Amino acid sequence: MLLKRIVASLIVKDGIVVQSIGFGNYLPVGNPAIAVEFLNEWGADEIIVLDIGESRTSRSPDMSLISALSKMSRVPLTVGGGIDSIKVMRGLIKGGADKIALNRVAIENPRIITEAAHIFGNQCVVVSIDVRRTKNRRYEVFTDSGTVASGKDPALLAKECASLGAGEILIRSIDKDGSKSGFDIDLVRSVAEAVNIPVIAAGGCGNPQHVFDVFQQGKADAVAIGNMLHFSEHSVNTIKAFLKSQVNVRLDTHATYEHCSFDMLGRVNKRPDAELEKLRFEYHPKEVI
Amino acid sequence: MIAIIDYGMGNIGSICNAFELLHQEIIIAPSPEALRKADAIVLPGVGAFAEGMNNLRTRGFLPILEEEIIIKKKPYLGICLGMQFLAERSHEHGLHQGLGWLPGEVQRIRPVDSTFKIPHMGWNEVSITPGSLLFQGLGTKETFYFVHSYAFVSSPHGASPGIATCWHGTEICAAVQKGNIFGVQFHPEKSQNNGLRVLRAFCEYAREHPGQPRK
Repeated sequence: MLLKRIVASLIVKDGIVVQSIGFGNYLPVGNPAIAVEFLNEWGADEIIVLDIGESRTSRSPDMSLISALSKMSRVPLTVGGGIDSIKVMRGLIKGGADKIALNRVAIENPRIITEAAHIFGNQCVVVSIDVRRTKNRRYEVFTDSGTVASGKDPALLAKECASLGAGEILIRSIDKDGSKSGFDIDLVRSVAEAVNIPVIAAGGCGNPQHVFDVFQQGKADAVAIGNMLHFSEHSVNTIKAFLKSQVNVRLDTHATYEHCSFDMLGRVNKRPDAELEKLRFEYHPKEVI
Repeated sequence: MIAIIDYGMGNIGSICNAFELLHQEIIIAPSPEALRKADAIVLPGVGAFAEGMNNLRTRGFLPILEEEIIIKKKPYLGICLGMQFLAERSHEHGLHQGLGWLPGEVQRIRPVDSTFKIPHMGWNEVSITPGSLLFQGLGTKETFYFVHSYAFVSSPHGASPGIATCWHGTEICAAVQKGNIFGVQFHPEKSQNNGLRVLRAFCEYAREHPGQPRK
């Protein structure tokens, strides 16, 4: 059966991967090529690269960077960042992107969704929706990295975009972004219930329990995780190992963490000394495919 | 040498990268003449069936494909659309003729209920017929990346060419084989190590079954 997906989300600013907090603060993390290489090794199901740098030429993510990253990616690669024309999309797809994420243009020129779906296929078109809670506790879609209010309701916008031909919706809570306090479950569920296409939840993931909650209660088909993946090794696999008994995910590694337990933050607990005394190394010769 | 057909349907960069990772000599074939020099032929493709068949037709690929693959029996691997073309016909946006090399047709995926979303997109568990040459070195249940809304359905008459299936509210044919002709509905170039293993198996098959000698 179709598995739930853990998508690694890379925010790139001027050629460097950054950690994003509330769409306001950006802290440098490192080299995008290394991030993509590791995320492939650690079992990411897909990778999203969002280029938010001002030094992008015209309205397009850095084409040469995307080309380099796609060469290293053995899983589908989604690219976003100020994309607003078919010409740019064509260039990115030619350069190796599998899917394109559209943000502001989905509101300013929604016909481009239909045009892109027609030329490249629905599955290629991801509409990325960033949302803030407003003063009266409702949700509102914001564009331009969370600075411009659109007046639109996210579930209604998602429904419109789906009917125009979008293949997936990426729904991101700006308030929760970088907070590590969990996804906005109500927001994600409202969008998932409004559309018949896959929904990717983003914004706020701090531990594997959050992922479980947004799959179960939020009805997300996939999660996009950014910040949390940068600071621990094997992070994708440990999330999946945590989820494995309750959610269908792809776990394709010798390191299954079968005999391990997890703490509240989803980190592997230290096993008792008596057990560790008995451990021996298992030799896995490197597989050459 | 493996020829990867470029007929304007989707990006072949990832497929080329994957074969290069496996240290295979590849040639990109935007026109049919290059197929004559190849030891094996790969037909990838993302997009609509009708446009794909039309592109193949207008670029003169069809008679050469018949000659190289059906007559000379060179190994063929169709990926996604490339597998769907093997059918007699497709029902995608009208009724369109395929290559007709396998008995069956391409139909829209009709899941039992709407909890199964279309397109069928993501990683799915594939059940593999034991002993399938294309899955050498893999187990009988492995995950691969799919993205499609239509699927090959084998004709009810005669032996089914299916060698692997998966479930998405209905049974979906994940891979086929008939002699030297192979097809996979999933994207091996996007399926990490499992995908590379499938491509490796195809390369091994091609090495051992090169078809009739080239001119």
